[in-house]
Amino acid sequence: MSFANLLGLWVAATLTIAILSFLYRDNPLYKFAEHVYVGVSAAYVIIYAAKFTMEQQLINVFKNNLISYIQNGSTTGLVEALLLIIPTILGILMLTRWAGPKIGWLSRWPIAFTIGLGAGLGITAGIQGVLLPQVQATVEPLWISPPSGLNLWTAIGSLIMIAGVVSTLIYFYFSRPHKGFIGVVSRVGIIFIMVSFGAAFGATVMARVSLLIGRLYFLVNEWIGGTIDFFKALSP
Amino acid sequence: MKFIRWLTKIDRRIIFLLMFGVVLVPILIDIPVETDVSPPVEAAYNAVDTLKPGSVIMLSVDYDATSYPECHPMIEAVSNHAFRNGLKIILVAHIPTGLPLGQAAVEEAALEYNELHKAEYESALSKALSTHPDTTSPGYRLAVEEAALANQKRYGIDYVNLGFRPGMVPIMVGMGREIRDFYAQDYKSTNVDSLPMMEGVHNYDDIALLASFAHGIQVETWIAYAGARYGQQIIAGVTGVVIPDLYPYLQSKQLTGLIGGLKGANEYESLLGRKGLGTKGMPAQSTAHILVIFLIVLGSIFEFILNIFSRRKS
Repeated sequence: MSFANLLGLWVAATLTIAILSFLYRDNPLYKFAEHVYVGVSAAYVIIYAAKFTMEQQLINVFKNNLISYIQNGSTTGLVEALLLIIPTILGILMLTRWAGPKIGWLSRWPIAFTIGLGAGLGITAGIQGVLLPQVQATVEPLWISPPSGLNLWTAIGSLIMIAGVVSTLIYFYFSRPHKGFIGVVSRVGIIFIMVSFGAAFGATVMARVSLLIGRLYFLVNEWIGGTIDFFKALSP
Repeated sequence: MKFIRWLTKIDRRIIFLLMFGVVLVPILIDIPVETDVSPPVEAAYNAVDTLKPGSVIMLSVDYDATSYPECHPMIEAVSNHAFRNGLKIILVAHIPTGLPLGQAAVEEAALEYNELHKAEYESALSKALSTHPDTTSPGYRLAVEEAALANQKRYGIDYVNLGFRPGMVPIMVGMGREIRDFYAQDYKSTNVDSLPMMEGVHNYDDIALLASFAHGIQVETWIAYAGARYGQQIIAGVTGVVIPDLYPYLQSKQLTGLIGGLKGANEYESLLGRKGLGTKGMPAQSTAHILVIFLIVLGSIFEFILNIFSRRKS
């Protein structure tokens, strides 16, 4: 391991400990680490966007297409170069919201474009990708043609799923008071919802513990272990 | 009663300390934990395992440093598996800060593969030298290239990193037509057409499997756009928080396999016969869960006792 790598390890370990120190109480070391994280992430994203989006996707493509038109007379190149002016203008208009209320309203145009695009794509995907396949998967046949035949556990699972879907939907049906039959079914719906909340909570606990494991594993094996290995390698 | 009351109002930092202890001890002492592989992880493993050598698998890096301990072991394991089976990897990212993590995982997997096949590679090189003593001859060059193809994983030939592009949904939809419309250059600004691996790879028809490693809604977006519209086969490796949201897609077969959290990574590693962070972290995960269950049960019992006493008093 090089000295630069060791230095990097120490910086990472110090920042990890600084973040973990919040568990004791809020402190300047934690604040420092938090600000470093936000700053570095923002800087990385800006540099990346400038290099790989602005330069690669816009400037280079525009330049190449224009050169191809000038050198070879390619009309396709000219059209593609001119087409790039539209997103460039929309992008610049998005920034006008910071230029005051006089021209700030211009930023609504690119926002309207984005919302329109998002809605158009989202509606199709919502129906084609989520609603229809999920409805189809809910109505599972209990009897599967031979050789599978009737699988008892699969059939019970399918029935429970239908009961869960129907009772949960009825729980969110507010056009009638939840009394009598609807009241009973909606109570069953609450049980299903609670079970799903429990599963989500359990999975969240597992996720958070995994993060702690990852950091402690880094501190023990990579930071302490790495430092020991570095000095062992130095000693004759 | 006083003791129970004191326990219910215990300083939360003592709980943190307990958690710190139960996680730290298994990391310091290697405790073996048995692994039962769940059907969703097995399905994900089989989806990769049954692909023909030379097939292209797209790995989408949809996580960043905040989910590193959960998602990183999964992408490492899948990359290792892909290289072992002779698959080609395309790396894309929808989170810019996640891109270097994905790149590191694939490079580590390539390095591991190259180290493992170092002896075969060197033996093939010496064989080439004995057959073609002139190192400038085309025969020698061809033999060296064949040796590298068989025993080494190299950038541009076995894996490429197309980088990050903003605008997740239009990219997912547009890649169904032509990948180059969005990724004309890779993350090093190299023209994609100059990378041998990308020859003949244009859209989802040329990608055998898509694996999304995510800590958010990206898997659902892949399913809704690449899966529903183009019939792309998808597996996912996600953080624990996302697992419950994806089970409906697994049940509807829109998702072929699911690797969930550190436990999922551990299961995948056990199928692969590889000891990564998933396997190493499992003892600590188990002891931490035991502590959480113990505290929930204890807290509920104490609250129950206190309720009874307060009712009797009133």
